[in-house]
Amino acid sequence: MPFKLVILWTDALIYLLLVLVIFFVWFVRHNEHLLVPWRRVGHSVSGMMALTVLTIFITIGLLDTVHFRPAIENNSSTYSKVYGVQVLSLFDVIATPLRTSVEKTYSAPFAAHLYTKETIELSGGSQIREFPRLKFGGAHLYDPETQLVADVIWRTVVGIGFGIFIWCVFVASIVMLIAYRCGKKFKQTFFAIFYNETEIPWRAIFIMLALILVLLGSALVLSSYYHIFGTDKVGQDVFYQSLKSIRTGLVIGTLTTLIMLPFALLLGIMAGYFRGWIDDVIQYIYTTLSSIPSVLLIAAAVLMMQVYMESHPEFFDTIAARADLRLLFLCIILGVTSWTSLCRLLRGEALKLREMEYIQAAHAFGVSHWRIISRHILPNVMHIVLIATVMDFSGLVLAEAVLSYVGVGVDPSMISFGTMINAARMEMAREPMVWWALLSSFSFMFTLVLSANLFADAVQDAFNPRVKTLTFVDRKFAPR
Amino acid sequence: MLNYIIRRIFYAIPILIGVNLITFTLFFVVNTPDDMARMHLGTKRVTPEAITKWKQERGYDKPLVFNTTEEGARKFIQTIFFEKSAAMFAFNFGRADDGRDISHEIKTRMLPSLAIALPVFFLGLVIHITFALVMVFFRATYIDFWGVVFCVALMSISSLFYIIGGQFLISKLWHLVPVSGFSDGLDAGKFLVLPVIIGVISGAGASTRWYRTIFLEEMGKDYVRTARAKGLPETLVLFRHVLRNALIPILTGAVVVIPLLFLGSLIAESFFGIPGLGSYTIDAINSQDFAVVRAMVFLGSFLYIIGLILTDISYTLVDPRIRLE
Repeated sequence: MPFKLVILWTDALIYLLLVLVIFFVWFVRHNEHLLVPWRRVGHSVSGMMALTVLTIFITIGLLDTVHFRPAIENNSSTYSKVYGVQVLSLFDVIATPLRTSVEKTYSAPFAAHLYTKETIELSGGSQIREFPRLKFGGAHLYDPETQLVADVIWRTVVGIGFGIFIWCVFVASIVMLIAYRCGKKFKQTFFAIFYNETEIPWRAIFIMLALILVLLGSALVLSSYYHIFGTDKVGQDVFYQSLKSIRTGLVIGTLTTLIMLPFALLLGIMAGYFRGWIDDVIQYIYTTLSSIPSVLLIAAAVLMMQVYMESHPEFFDTIAARADLRLLFLCIILGVTSWTSLCRLLRGEALKLREMEYIQAAHAFGVSHWRIISRHILPNVMHIVLIATVMDFSGLVLAEAVLSYVGVGVDPSMISFGTMINAARMEMAREPMVWWALLSSFSFMFTLVLSANLFADAVQDAFNPRVKTLTFVDRKFAPR
Repeated sequence: MLNYIIRRIFYAIPILIGVNLITFTLFFVVNTPDDMARMHLGTKRVTPEAITKWKQERGYDKPLVFNTTEEGARKFIQTIFFEKSAAMFAFNFGRADDGRDISHEIKTRMLPSLAIALPVFFLGLVIHITFALVMVFFRATYIDFWGVVFCVALMSISSLFYIIGGQFLISKLWHLVPVSGFSDGLDAGKFLVLPVIIGVISGAGASTRWYRTIFLEEMGKDYVRTARAKGLPETLVLFRHVLRNALIPILTGAVVVIPLLFLGSLIAESFFGIPGLGSYTIDAINSQDFAVVRAMVFLGSFLYIIGLILTDISYTLVDPRIRLE
């Protein structure tokens, strides 16, 4: 299928972030002293379990980041290709059956019928009011009343089996890899993991992975025959929407920090290091910004951004580009309101560091200011930056939902947890109630935020110099 | 003390001017009043006359900062900046789009906001500190461990779900209190119970955990060891010594928030239909009433600065070592 690659603004920034992360990992691997706290993260059971879940979320988010516009098939004689205005992602292609199986309106999870009655015309000309069959959900069944339960159970079993099979392959390959790296036998390694004697808590990771793969496997098998989380008002599959929301959440959580970091770092260190009038000016700026309640500042900025985008429609060629630009603006605005606390922390740390003996010594040797900042101060505040980054993530994901509810969040055409909740909130008042969209967005969001919180805790425990409880655990099975 | 407070108030003025400049830039420089008029009236087929009329109704038809058609000081007075932004220092917020006086609205809507925010704040403070103390008392046991896990789980739930879930369970399923609404006087009680409970629960995870770390930090200090060495029972150590000393960091976080309580809670108020300042702001955002949003931004930062001053004063009350000079 011919296509045109589309790199939206947030895509470009995510790629940049990816490059930075890869560079960071490479850098840390070559510096033993930087590796030590990360080892501690690696030994934390809850942290590694959370990381396993986060990896799945990040994979989905990254797949959803590769955007392109497929060519419209035209039979005319002209050879110039025309690309559709619809921007798809790699994830959309994988989830094509989910994306395209659109029903008429609400349908419950695993339903074979619509949620509302409709007038159906029979062949004899008479009319009855009945729940019509769905076009896609359970369409393969001849008689849903009798077959549905058995079919769902059978397919769940198949899905679980599928998940366990993948899990076995995965576990076997990882155990083989560890065995190879430690120079031990496969059986030996396996039992070491089984009795939880490894440094990295592989047993917990594998248990978590088994849980994920079983859920994912059955969800994948079932979702190609049913709407496992039902459909929304316009008949869109809710499971698909929940998966699409992940990217929006991840983008807000990561890009906001990426955008605000340079400001916070530069201004915070400058204020603490140079003191004097520079300190006064920077302190004035962040006190002023932080004295405005953040929701109000965000609301004001987003309102103004809406007006601006309304009067400049020439900046974007597709709806996706427009929604994306709005998402980027939201990240920037969130960044502007949230850099102040990190800046204050960094200022305090820089104030402390500049009095340290090694920096006094560097001064005495005539090392330039910028070199002192980049070589001596910056590396020594990085742990604060890292802790702030991971701690902010979950808060930002939660903030997105609230902001979208208030009406100053992402573009209404963009699928996110906030827009899902906003749409679903009215459905609770419906009689009979439509509960599945809320349940779905709740469970996905809760899983994402909880694992982010647990991982952030593990990172904070490992990096925070105030808690130096170096518990020595006797691990018999350390890598060579 | 009085000197210090007066000095602090003078320090606040440049910050308020800064806030004012930010809002002015956001609302009038990034987008000209013409853009706003077009947004309001609909972008398509809008006549220049309609725009001029819209601007005249709201007093946006003057130059931004410098009026060349006037004489003397009026060059600066007859401008949007002076009339709309500088006037806020006198708490003159102008009129909303529906023609009502914003200052009057703020005064009447403050009480319902406080009716929720104050109980949430004080009940929350007491309950969260109690929970944190219980967890610290049973530290390094399963109660502490699962308490922290529970807190992290509570933190991971969006506040929207607390409200939606609470309304569903308590109001819709069990019919204990009305789903939403408000009334004056004592009748208001039944409308306030649910928002207050939900407010306390939704803040429980983060604050309890935070208080717990503060207490644990205090527990490691020398005076605690001395107190134990004297043979004081653990409860007395915890409630007499640790609690008192931990009050300073707790106050830093808590007192700043008190003035902001006037602003109410945006989401809770709009979900429960309470006619407070929070729902006022949300309505203004949804109907794109820029004057109201501008007024609330100014009011919010004004109250925040008052909160900072109050924090400093409260330090002297709880810690006699701190003297404000």
